[in-house]
Amino acid sequence: MSRFAPLLFRLAEETGEHGDEVHHAVEAGVTSGWAVENVWIMLLLPFVAAFLIVLFGRFDEKWGHRLAVTTTVYMFLHGSWIWYLNITQGVLYEKSIVIAEIGSNWVLEWGWVVDGLSSMMYFVVGTVSMLVFFYAVGYMKGEIRYAGFFAAFSLFAGAMLVLVAAPNLAQLIVGWELVGVASYLLIGHYWEDKTNSSAGMKAFFTNKVADVGLIIGSIMLATAVGSFRISDILTAAEEHAHDLEAVAVVGAILLFFGAMGKSAQFPLHVWLPDAMAGPTPVSALMHAATMVTAGVYLLGRMFPLFEGLAGVEARQWVMWIGAATLLLTGLIALVQRDIKKVLAYSTLSQLGYMVTALGAGAYTAGLFHLFTHAFFKALLFLGAGSAIHAVHSNDMHDMGGLRKFMPRTYATFLVASLALAGIIPLAGYWSKDEILVGINAAEGLPASEFVLWVATVGAFITAFYMTRTVALTFFGQYKGHGHPHEAPAIMTWPLMILGVFSVGVGWVNIPGVYTGFTDWLAVRAHAIVEHHVEGANWIEATEWGVALPGLVAGVLGITIGVIVFGRDEGTQAERDRFRIPVLYPLLENQYYIDDFYLWLVGLIKGPLARAIDWTNSYVIDAVVNGVGVLMAGLGRIVYGGVDQRGIDFAFTAFAGAAGGSGGLLRRLQTGRVQQYAGAFVIGAVLLVIGFTLFR
Amino acid sequence: MTLVQYLLLSSALFSLGVYGLLARRNAVMVLLAIELMLNAVNVNLIAFEAWIRDALAIGQVFSIFMITVAAAEVGIGLAIVLLVFRSRETANIDDFNLMKG
Repeated sequence: MSRFAPLLFRLAEETGEHGDEVHHAVEAGVTSGWAVENVWIMLLLPFVAAFLIVLFGRFDEKWGHRLAVTTTVYMFLHGSWIWYLNITQGVLYEKSIVIAEIGSNWVLEWGWVVDGLSSMMYFVVGTVSMLVFFYAVGYMKGEIRYAGFFAAFSLFAGAMLVLVAAPNLAQLIVGWELVGVASYLLIGHYWEDKTNSSAGMKAFFTNKVADVGLIIGSIMLATAVGSFRISDILTAAEEHAHDLEAVAVVGAILLFFGAMGKSAQFPLHVWLPDAMAGPTPVSALMHAATMVTAGVYLLGRMFPLFEGLAGVEARQWVMWIGAATLLLTGLIALVQRDIKKVLAYSTLSQLGYMVTALGAGAYTAGLFHLFTHAFFKALLFLGAGSAIHAVHSNDMHDMGGLRKFMPRTYATFLVASLALAGIIPLAGYWSKDEILVGINAAEGLPASEFVLWVATVGAFITAFYMTRTVALTFFGQYKGHGHPHEAPAIMTWPLMILGVFSVGVGWVNIPGVYTGFTDWLAVRAHAIVEHHVEGANWIEATEWGVALPGLVAGVLGITIGVIVFGRDEGTQAERDRFRIPVLYPLLENQYYIDDFYLWLVGLIKGPLARAIDWTNSYVIDAVVNGVGVLMAGLGRIVYGGVDQRGIDFAFTAFAGAAGGSGGLLRRLQTGRVQQYAGAFVIGAVLLVIGFTLFR
Repeated sequence: MTLVQYLLLSSALFSLGVYGLLARRNAVMVLLAIELMLNAVNVNLIAFEAWIRDALAIGQVFSIFMITVAAAEVGIGLAIVLLVFRSRETANIDDFNLMKG
């Protein structure tokens, strides 16, 4: 702690009047104020809480939720206040504090950005964190390492805010890695089981592969511009700076590669389903609502670059990979039996939607889907957690009929499912509709019509697997053991609050009627040009030619789902009607991607190990052996000539002398203290006599 | 009172201390004898300081040092004696001859 004390002191000092504050003039109007200027409190508190929980948690586990929940309540209040300021007045504030200088040209800075995008994230992270933390108090009750769980969870909340607040790429990477660490810790919370710790490791390593892209991309862009500050990079992008122009496309694609890891896009998606090994609140907050959207947030933050200088060349990849993710992972969700795995693949699919939207240039649509998805997907996970808590199994074939036992969980889960399926007045409809409209409006991107089809089919698949999940979990006969019961109030209240959000948050952006969200998000230093059709009223603006197929796909998915799974007990239907030959095993094994990776790693590992072994035996060992032989020869000469004849002789002589005198002296050592004292006294008396006589 | 009287007192104390140190067999008594010798020195120091009228009162300062050190020494000495007593069940100093060479 002491090493950080100067930094903390410096922060406290710099946030006073002397700080280097960067204001951007913007049409929406600049608002500052206490909440905006002191975001650092919100960023720092979770870390302090995590530290204190580790410190006090060993005395009383209750400190875990006391500190963590208090912190998230503060985060909720602060985040909501900033979001409210942004809604009412528009906030735009950026602050950077120099913490270290690298050479003469580079500085490392720490700071925060408050604009439309980040204040939306503050609000989402604050709100969902608070509700999930309250839920976790009930869910984790009596679990092993209760305090440690809350410490890591608080660490995550702080790291996420650091990431979101980052005004420069260096801080963003720090936050990015810290959420990865928290994710690793929490996925492996029950590490006694080998599969859980392996899952944590897998998440970490997969993210590391992607992080290489993020780090190289950041360094490329930063060196081209001469600054890590995102605002500098985006300004250079707007001005078409020559140095940046050369690396913009590659840099942007590398950044997107980093986002593909954290947001689990198609070839790197494999860690997210395994991450379900963590406790359910972790899945809800990190692996559904917030952490996995970090990649989408990065794309949103860097959007002016993707929109302008990097352009279609970079964005087409973003769109295609998003589309591949949304379709392929959605299909896998159809065959999963583990309720959390279904939701994990569903999350992947929805992240695919967001990425597709940003790739297509629909900035608001992608981030709007992030916003709505955070609430209803967190609710789905918490509902699933509530069911798992009651049944003590993740397998949907052990559930069934829970509607009667758990009415609140059932009602909220149903609402969230409908929202995810994109049924009209609920949150998911508005954001998914907007994404479809955005893809339709995409200009100059190859195969965007095809992507539109994929996204529409994705809506059908989403509705279908959610119907299956609801049918298997809540309808039919109960197939598990014991008597399931409704969760305690501390778990059901967050469900109900999130249920209200799942219904209502879509209404902040209804095309032609009320487009508040678009305006709120547009408050930022770098203008974003969107290809939106402005309409006078809802009917005109909605573009029914695009939105209606999306809605119909959703309704069709639910209808077919009800026909297949609704009538009898679901499980039987699963066995009889659902085993399509080639496709089913392909989906059940996740397209063999995991096996492919294992094969690939094995392929590289063998020759690589052999090569290293060869180098070791024949190159390094040869040198070591040569030196060894040389030294041995030299040693022999020295031993025979100098050591034996010269030094040893002298030593033997000295040792003999010492031994002889020691034998005489040891007789004086009687071990009796009083004899020694007597000798002192005699000595002292002799000295006195001597000094008196011969002075 | 003259300086000589103080010196006589202190030498008497010191001689008693030396006697106790050499003649006593009980380890606690030996420690007490050492205290006696230290205090004899204290008396000496203060007597000489008063005699030369030292403005800096160095004699008093030193005697306070010595009282402190003596207290620490007695603390450690008693602790050692106690531990030895526990393990050997005797306080007779003639039995403590483990330091024999």
